[in-house]
Formats: sequence, C-alpha cells, structure tokens
Amino acid sequence: MIAVPVEPRLAPVSRGRATATVLRDIVRKPSLLISAVVLLLVILWALVPQVFSSYDPIRANVSDLLKAPSLTHLFGTDELGRDIFTRMVYGTGRSLIAPIVAVAIGLVAGSIIGLLAGYLGKFVDGVLMRFVDVILAVPMLVLAMTIVTALGFGSLQLAIGVGIGMIASVARVMRAEVMRVRHSMFVDAERSMGARTWYIIVRHVLPSAAGPVLVLAVLDFVQAILAIAALTFLGFGAPPPTPEWGSIVSAGQPYLSTAWWICCLPGLTIAVFAVCVNRVARELQERNAR
Amino acid sequence: MSTLLAIARSYVLRRVLLALLVMWAAFTVVFVILYLVPGDPALLIAGGDGGLQVTPEQLEQIRHDYGFDQPIFLQYLHALGGLVTGDLGTSYQMKQPVTTLLFSQIGSTTALAMFALVLAIILGCLIGAAAVYTRSRILSKTLDALPPVGASLPAFWVGLMLMQFFSFAIPLFPSAGDAGFPSLVLPGVTMAIVGSASIAQVFARALRTSYAEPYVEIARSKGAGRMRVFLAHAARNALLPTVTVMGILVANLFAYSTISEMIFSRNGLGLALDKAVQSKDIPMVEGAVLVIAGVYVVTNLVVDLLYPVLDPRLRTAKRRSRALSRNRDLVTL
Repeated sequence: MIAVPVEPRLAPVSRGRATATVLRDIVRKPSLLISAVVLLLVILWALVPQVFSSYDPIRANVSDLLKAPSLTHLFGTDELGRDIFTRMVYGTGRSLIAPIVAVAIGLVAGSIIGLLAGYLGKFVDGVLMRFVDVILAVPMLVLAMTIVTALGFGSLQLAIGVGIGMIASVARVMRAEVMRVRHSMFVDAERSMGARTWYIIVRHVLPSAAGPVLVLAVLDFVQAILAIAALTFLGFGAPPPTPEWGSIVSAGQPYLSTAWWICCLPGLTIAVFAVCVNRVARELQERNAR
Repeated sequence: MSTLLAIARSYVLRRVLLALLVMWAAFTVVFVILYLVPGDPALLIAGGDGGLQVTPEQLEQIRHDYGFDQPIFLQYLHALGGLVTGDLGTSYQMKQPVTTLLFSQIGSTTALAMFALVLAIILGCLIGAAAVYTRSRILSKTLDALPPVGASLPAFWVGLMLMQFFSFAIPLFPSAGDAGFPSLVLPGVTMAIVGSASIAQVFARALRTSYAEPYVEIARSKGAGRMRVFLAHAARNALLPTVTVMGILVANLFAYSTISEMIFSRNGLGLALDKAVQSKDIPMVEGAVLVIAGVYVVTNLVVDLLYPVLDPRLRTAKRRSRALSRNRDLVTL
C-alpha cells in the first residue's frame, strides 16, 4: 500500500531559537498574551493561594452575610459570610487537578489502546475500536455520572469518569498515526535491517504522534474543565464545605435574584479561564499544522 | 432503482448491524460498571440505612424478587432478555417499571433538545456562513473568534445568567417548569449557544475547503455570481461534515439537558438521570444511559443513511471510503 510518504525525523531547531520564536509570537498576538497571563495567574492561585487572599475559605463569618462585591470582598460573600474570591482561589487546586488527572488517564489509556489497535490490526483492531465506539456513544457527562454511581462521589472519581470518556479521541489519533508510520518506506527499511517493534514505536511512532496528541490533550483539557465544573455543579464532587469551582456556583442558585454575585462571578471566572485555555489550544493547533 | 437496492443491501444492512452491536455493547458495559456499585442493592431497595428496620427475611425476599441471589451471568442474561422485550427493570426508588418512568419524562427532553437543535443549526450555520462569505476581514475574524468562545462557556453559568437577566431582572420568560413554549426558550437558548459553536466551526472549515476546490473556479469563470457560487456549490459540498456534527450534537443535547433541566426545574430525562445517580437507583441509571446511547446510535444511523442521499459520490462503494475519510478529517479536531 503506497501511503502518504512519512518523512523521518529531522534534527530540531536549536532550543534557544525555538523559545525566542514562541515568545515573539506570544507578544505579537494580544489575545494570546492575555490568555497566557490569565493561565499563569490561575496556576499561581492553585500553587500559592495564601498570597492572593487573607480570608479563610471555609470558616463561616456571621457578620458578613451576603455582601455585594466591593474592594474588601472582590467577589462578595456567600450565605455563610465566606469571601467568595477566597473560595475560588483555594478551590483552584482541586478544580485544576481533576481535569489534569482526567486528561492523563485519557492520554495513557487512549494511547495504549490506539497503539495496540494500530499495531496488532485486524481482529484486535476491530474489537478495540468497537469498544471506543461505545465510549463515544455515551456522552461524557452521562458516562461520568454512571461511573460516579459505581465509585461514589468525589473529585478523583469524577476525574476517572471524565478520563474514561477521553480515551476515545486519543485512541483514534494514536491508531491513525501508528498505521501511517507502519506502512512507510523507511520503517520497512529499518525492519529489514532488524529493528524491533519496540524501537520503531519509541523512535518513530511516538514522536510523530506527539504533535496531534498534544493538541488533542489541550483541547480535551478545556472540555474536562467544563465537564468537571458541570458535574461538581450537579453535586457529584467533593462534599461541602470543600470549595470547588462548580459547587460554589451551585450554592448560589437559591440567591440568584438577590445575591447574584455568588453565581455570576465564579462562573465568569470559569468561563474566562476556559476561553483562555482554548485560545492557547488553538495556537498550538496552528503551530502543529504548520 | 437497482443501484438503490444494491446500496440498501450492503451499506444499510452493515450500518444497522453496527448500530445494534454498539447498543448491545453499551448495555453490557453499563451493566458491568453498575454491578460494581458497592453496597447491597437489597438494602437500597428496602430504604437504605435511614433507620428503617428491615428483617433479614425481608431482605431475602427482595433479593429473590429482583434476582440478586442468582449468579451474575444469569442476571445479565435476564436483563438482556428484558431489554429485547422492552422491560428495563424496576426502579429502586419509585418501585415502578423503568420504561414507564422514562417514557413519561422523555417528551419534555425531546422538545427541549429539538428546539435547541433548531436554534443551534440556524445560529451556527449563519455565523459559519457569514464568516466565510463576508468580504470584510474584520468581520470575518470576529465571527471566527466567536465559536471558540461559545464552546468554552460553561452551560450552567450561561443558563443561570440568562435566568437572571431574562427571567428575574426583566420578567420575559418563566424560570421554571415545562409548560408551553415560553418555558422552552431560556433552557433552549442555553444549550443552543454551546451547540452552535461546533456547528459554526465545522461549517466554516468545510466551506473554506470547498471554496478551494476546482469546481468553484470553473463556476466563477462561467460567470456565476457570488451568492450562486456560495449556495449551489460551496455550501452544498460543505453539508456533509456539518450534518455529521449535527448528529453528534443531538445526542449531546439529550445528555446535557441534565444541566438545563436542573437549573430550570424541568421534569425530563436529564433530571431523572441526576436523581437516579444521587439515590443510586441502578435500573433508572441504566435505563437513562441506554436511552441516551440509543438516541446517539439512531441519530448517527440516520446521518449515515443520509450520506448517499446528500452526496452522489457516496453512492458507489469504491468512492465511498475515500469521501468518508475526507469527511472524517473535517469533523475531528
């Protein structure tokens, strides 16, 4: 089968020049710059929450109930008198780790399945791809809810549920890459010289697949953030009073008409963060396609 | 006519068999997952450990009634047999047949999903088409930037904000209930905003691809005006991947209706699923998941069967695989 010719890996551009190009591109595009800054800010929230707020995210404060946003309380206070901005900042770690774990599960499991399907072909490929089709047939939210029913509520269980949903796309991309590389001429040549399967996988398939899989991972990360936020909003995450982005918004539902800031501002934060990650993802996508 | 029969025999048959296979596999996977739920289902049925005193004999009776004392494989076969005859078991919480419960809820969700779908298609196609058709670069860039933002918005937040502005601040639409058309608007718009994003992106990309094809140049050189080239050539050929995405969207709408139904207090499939998960009502969870998977499978089947109708190139098996793989490239990522 004459496939699209696959080029063997060339020596990469030197590290210094690559970094300089990236930085220059970031500065040139304002939306990308803003997105990168927001991302950095949120990551800092997760790593050193104490720097950003001196309030306690969990202890109730009866004298400060349902205060509107002001200079002392950036996002206002909730029905227990807790500063909402503080709760968001302290909840960032948990709300970021879950999607990361989910994407990691999807990447690892999906890659293994994709590799196996692409390499072993025929029967194994058929079985594995039908399994992937089943995962695709059940939308991510529903799949995660099913798994949470079995495993119980909590951030980790949500991450596993969402992660399993991500296996499908990664498996497909991996499988396509494996099949592409397998049938290329230079791999044939290497095999005739005695190269083992393992060597070919590590030296050729993985680096070639790294680009598209990385882009997919970042896009999946955005989906994971939104899915986990939605699932914690529905109440399947960590129990109160643990702050988590989605549950902070859901707690504000009864007060929507009066204390609108409990729902609006944290939700806006989630939206802005997701938009910024998406911007970075699209940038990576364009670079990869070049 | 004989060509259609030939297609019918091979393509349609294969597609239908594949759909059935996926449904069966989904059923099995869900069954296995839910079998892993820790705890005694008999206790759950009897009312959990909410202080209710249940005698061991009662538990044994429940186990016998529901078949828990049988080996897992027999339980599976029993459930499978039930699925074929249309019996999805009995709800732990409501003590009623799951099928009845689900059917009473599905109307509300279907209405919502269809409304959101129509909105999403209109909005998505308009934005995607405008982004490609317009001569203004600024407008094109702005319209191109909208779908990624729309796809990144959390649905629950959009719903809450819409409720805040158009139900509380300006009392235009009801904030709860599923009676009548006005109650459809806010939840429908919520879901349509996110759904239209993917349609707009795929439609725009497919349009740009078809604009690059040779037949556009030929049509222009024959004197076709801009609108004609757009409608009769570019848009027509861009339909295929767009329809694929619409199919995927339908199933997603059914699934994500959970969020809208919770926010806007609509009594539908999503809400039923949510309640079932909260109370570990396993047959209900299974039933709801199966319905949603069924929607996905049936919709994709319909889309697959529409392909040869939409695109004459797909009517011969040889050219089908080539065109379909090109279609897949436009839809993914």
